[in-house]
Amino acid sequence: MSDYSSVSQLLALSEAAGLPLWKTVQITDCAEQNMSEADSWAKMADMLAVMKSADAGYDRRQRSLSGLSGGDGGKMEDYLASGRAVSGPLVGRMIAAALKMGECNACMKRIVAAPTAGACGVLPAVLLPCGEVLGLPDEKLIEALYAAAGFGRIIAGKASISGAQSGCQAEIGSASAMASAAVVQLRDGTGRQMANAAALALKSLLGLACDPVGGLVEVPCIKRNVIGAVNALTAAEMALAGIESRIPADEVIEAMGEIGDMMPSSLRETAQGGLAATETGRKWGNGNG
Amino acid sequence: MSIFDILGPVMVGPSSSHTAGAVRMGQIARRLVGGEPVRARILLAGSFASTGAGHGTPRALVAGLMGFMPDDERIPRSFEIAGERGLAYEFGTVQLRDAHPNSALLTVENERGERVEVGASSPGGGRILVFSLDGLPTAFSGEVPTLIVRCEDRPGHVSRVTGVVAAQGINMSKLRVERDERGGTAIMVIECDQRIPYKVKMAISAIEGVRKVTRLNPGEESK
Ligand code: SF4
Repeated sequence: MSDYSSVSQLLALSEAAGLPLWKTVQITDCAEQNMSEADSWAKMADMLAVMKSADAGYDRRQRSLSGLSGGDGGKMEDYLASGRAVSGPLVGRMIAAALKMGECNACMKRIVAAPTAGACGVLPAVLLPCGEVLGLPDEKLIEALYAAAGFGRIIAGKASISGAQSGCQAEIGSASAMASAAVVQLRDGTGRQMANAAALALKSLLGLACDPVGGLVEVPCIKRNVIGAVNALTAAEMALAGIESRIPADEVIEAMGEIGDMMPSSLRETAQGGLAATETGRKWGNGNG
Repeated sequence: MSIFDILGPVMVGPSSSHTAGAVRMGQIARRLVGGEPVRARILLAGSFASTGAGHGTPRALVAGLMGFMPDDERIPRSFEIAGERGLAYEFGTVQLRDAHPNSALLTVENERGERVEVGASSPGGGRILVFSLDGLPTAFSGEVPTLIVRCEDRPGHVSRVTGVVAAQGINMSKLRVERDERGGTAIMVIECDQRIPYKVKMAISAIEGVRKVTRLNPGEESK
């Protein structure tokens, strides 16, 4: 099977082969890396296992070395347990899962960069709660991870998945686009629906600055994982309803790359602008970093 | 690009450049000194100096010196473990001209009193680049099988060393030689297409005037 570097190529490959998109992503990677499908599957299953164990191992008492973060996932869980949550069990659990994973990363726990460490909470915050609430087996979640990885690979090649290069739109934005394709896969949606979901998700986060306080992957990163996850869900729901993105996914990805190139360096992980340069942000940046 | 570069690596947070990359730097310094490090002086530069503490960079560097992998859950406790193992470390800061903002200079001594000074940077994604070795400029990442040969600067050494590599049927993709005029030392960095077996290291070590041979095979970093 030949390679793909755009969403339209990936869709064409999978349609020509009569295979689901996730399978096309897997087969292409196996051919390129000279890996068997069984080994590839085991490796992806391991990614899911690490996500699950980080989520299960969350410790609400843990604080990051800087003291900037920790404990918010626990607060969210208490609030959900009180029964007063407005957003319902799925979205509530997604918010908690995103906070927990982001805090695990800040507190030096073992996580899966997806696609980066700063954005590591988005995919698990979508997949784990959806899997539970919809009662899906692990196989479905692993298929969804392949679909997500395929879109992430295209974004990395056509634009960027680095905050230092293209701002947070490239990290949380890309993670959100990947996660939205994953949700469509959970419902056995089509490749075209995944492309629409990814486009809708990424469009909503275009232009997002990378402005971490003190240069640390904590503020605003952890809570941005929440919007990345929830935005992925809403984009996927629209796509599954048959709603299309007027701008095709490939063009949205190109626009993201262009916006990244236009961003001043102060908004690309240098901690010189945005939230990092606010009065309070600077306080944390000095001596606490 | 593999999909596992997108979903992955599995790592201990919070930062691929300041944590995972720092572990790799420690690992490579460990390999270059050989044996068990007992003393280390680590100077942080640029963003490593200014934001390293919050990213756990010092703990990650010490973890790497002990041979831990970037996903080892003991990384946050590396200082305590180093104490138990008898690895003494100290930290400082340094200004490095022309270096990437995420850089460090590690001087490491092993149990035999041998010493190495490694300058390395971590540009992102957990990848690293060694840019200086014992004060000489160099450039290697350890992402492909790499031989590092430190020897006396004598005529014929390069051909003798590369001869050993070629005789084993190993294809060289890159060769770089740096010389220190005063010390009379040369450093050869040879990147190869295939895994470098132990006997190649032994054969090169036997060449007269060769002081130290290090082989870096991807996937065998923790040894
Ligand atoms: S603000 Fe920057 S460091 Fe934080 S998640 Fe976004 S891109 Fe990553």
